[in-house]
Amino acid sequence: MAVELQETKVDRTIDARGSYCPGPLMELIRAIREARVGEVVEVLSSDTGSRRDIPKWCEKARHQFLGIVDEPGFARLVVRKAR
Amino acid sequence: MADRLSMVVFSGTVDKLFPVAIMASGAVAMEQEVNIFLTFWGLDAFRKGEPQTNMRISKDFEDKGQAIMALMQQKQVPSWYQTLKTAKELGNGNVKIHACAMTMDLMGMTKDDLDPIVDDVVGVGEFVEEAQKGKVTLFI
Repeated sequence: MAVELQETKVDRTIDARGSYCPGPLMELIRAIREARVGEVVEVLSSDTGSRRDIPKWCEKARHQFLGIVDEPGFARLVVRKAR
Repeated sequence: MADRLSMVVFSGTVDKLFPVAIMASGAVAMEQEVNIFLTFWGLDAFRKGEPQTNMRISKDFEDKGQAIMALMQQKQVPSWYQTLKTAKELGNGNVKIHACAMTMDLMGMTKDDLDPIVDDVVGVGEFVEEAQKGKVTLFI
């Protein structure tokens, strides 16, 4: 899973490290709106709330949550714009 | 946008305006409408110039106020006002901020005295009616 994810082509990266809840989620929403359907957006986040909020948001907003890659001190949360 | 979060904002201290802005953000993210009613000190905090200069902290946490404000500044946490502005912008017209007509009259204020983030001036009846369309109303 993680290996596949690391090989997924990312179209945009948002560096929201150091930003607190709900910052990374709000930045993701903005980026997804600007992206084209099918594009992959990743958010770099050091905020623990993002790990739960972002998958929940994807469910609600009907986008595809591709997964989390843990990095030292932060996580990459990868989302595909589905509609 | 079917669900709605309503908030009566009575408090005007920064520590209470933060949850208002953050709850509004969460609701916008989860595709809910936001219906905010500013009254009394909550409305006073939205006078032109106030959001940028207000440093008040609730009396009951006065001893910790300075420390938390310094910490937030050091960690570059966006202000409650900036957070609310972002929520409003991302909410695409689904975040409404209403000023309490009674407080406006009492304090001799007009719409021009308020920060432009405030949408309009309404009576409590209209707010309560609007709030009834959602399941949750918070008093902050």
